[in-house]
Amino acid sequence: MATQQTQLLARTLLTPAVALLFIWMIVPLALTIYFATLHYNLLDPGSESFVGLENFRYFLTDPAFLASLQNTLVLVGSVLAITILLGVPLALLLDQQVVGLSIVRLMVIAPFFVMPTVSALVWKNLLMHPVSGLFAWIAHLFGLPAIDWFNDAPLFSVILIISWQWLPFATLILLTALQSLDEEQKEAAEMDGASALSAFIYITLPHLARPITVVILIETIFLLTVFAEIFVTTGGGPGLQTTNIAFLIYSQALIQYDVGSASAGGLVAVVLANIVAFFLVRIVGRNLEA
Amino acid sequence: MARMVTTRHKVISTVAAWLVGFLIFFPILWMVLASFKTELEAFAIPPSFLFFHWTTENYVTVQERSDYLHHALNSIIIAGGSTLIAMLIAIPAAWSMAFSPTKRTKDVLLWMLSTKMMPPVGVLVPIYLIYRNLGLLDTRTGLVFILCLGNLPIVIWMLFTYFKEIPKDILEAARMDGATIGRELIYVLTPMAVPGLASTLLLNLILAWNEAFWTLNLSTLEAAPLTVFIASYSSPEGLFWAKLSAASTLAIAPILVLGWFSQRQLVRGLTFGAVK
Repeated sequence: MATQQTQLLARTLLTPAVALLFIWMIVPLALTIYFATLHYNLLDPGSESFVGLENFRYFLTDPAFLASLQNTLVLVGSVLAITILLGVPLALLLDQQVVGLSIVRLMVIAPFFVMPTVSALVWKNLLMHPVSGLFAWIAHLFGLPAIDWFNDAPLFSVILIISWQWLPFATLILLTALQSLDEEQKEAAEMDGASALSAFIYITLPHLARPITVVILIETIFLLTVFAEIFVTTGGGPGLQTTNIAFLIYSQALIQYDVGSASAGGLVAVVLANIVAFFLVRIVGRNLEA
Repeated sequence: MARMVTTRHKVISTVAAWLVGFLIFFPILWMVLASFKTELEAFAIPPSFLFFHWTTENYVTVQERSDYLHHALNSIIIAGGSTLIAMLIAIPAAWSMAFSPTKRTKDVLLWMLSTKMMPPVGVLVPIYLIYRNLGLLDTRTGLVFILCLGNLPIVIWMLFTYFKEIPKDILEAARMDGATIGRELIYVLTPMAVPGLASTLLLNLILAWNEAFWTLNLSTLEAAPLTVFIASYSSPEGLFWAKLSAASTLAIAPILVLGWFSQRQLVRGLTFGAVK
């Protein structure tokens, strides 16, 4: 009797959250699918008509789509590579005996808490400005020509800023994982005469495999839809050089008011994200049972 | 001999760690310094690092010219409101899943997680149109609502992982002593759950404060939080660096402090318990 009552209560408590998330997931997605089959432009109201898969054909064959897909992949891949290749050694370093470690850790983690619009604008103006930026001055000190970052290497500039934001995240997760590594195991390896390198390859690296996977998946989910950093620095340009899928959809929806095409693009983004989500959910699910 | 090596090792790693830490932190430090310079000095080449004419004038101007406090208040209301509402919905849900799990609990949890995987840009169009038709564009209510839904899965997940760690024996003992569910909740569960509740609250405040997709797309002026206010500095290039820096410093300072307190929970919350 009591358990039945508890069960009922439990279900009642769960319902609002489930219902809200269900609506949140289903309604906009259904609308996106619906809009994607319409010719629908906000500048031309009343002209809505069913066009089937025409928007998908238009979106997928648009040269801007291929360019933005490529930019998205390059951006995600580069940021992942940078944050993990720098994050692993950084985490290893912070796992050593360091005087004042807590302060160092605060400094390392700080960029993650800076809002995207601030980091993008501070980097763009104060650091990367071709004339008055700090980088230009440093280049000048070494007798090198200043780089006009956002004109000569726009995508790389965006990648640099985003990597700076996400490096703390990768480092912090890898560091947490390192700290759960069994001390005894490391000591045993040391006693057996294993070199630092082989201890790293055979003990530490396998231990890091899972956290690295988690970092890759979570960063990918966020990086696939990077928006603010591009919005405030390059506006997708010059040309299409820094337009990623998210920015392309935004510009089709809220600049060109082409609801149909933007919706088709939105669904492409959902599919892309779902491929990643599939793997992430499996990893998390496995952990839930353990 | 061994001790010598250890000391040397420690010195090297300390120096290396401080160096790297300083490099990573530098852009923030540089921004804070620029906020105390005059516009001319902020733009000057060669740059002055510490020996410039320190001034707080930018902080005053930012408020006078652009009504900084208005946007700060928006940020507080939007981040605070969305987090509080999310907590109110999430606490019962997480409580129920942690203490009365059923066969389907795991599936429900993973499904909730998967809603977080949906890229916001995938539903930008319908949300924008719905908001336009309901008159929710550029309103704080609209932003509170959308950020609340966006963060709900993370809130539920975090609370769930915390609640699950509360030993069930204690609850059973309380039940044996004749405690009702209400009493159980207030006298047994709450005190044990407070640390988890606090860190969940903190992390989600941070996430909501820094959210820059929906805020940029759904607000322009009236309801614009600090993310959008800072973005408005992207057009006039050059002349406003010191003011941009002052506004930015004010915008990130509170969250930096909160963030530093919550770094442990960050890992847990953002990896959904996959890394502890």
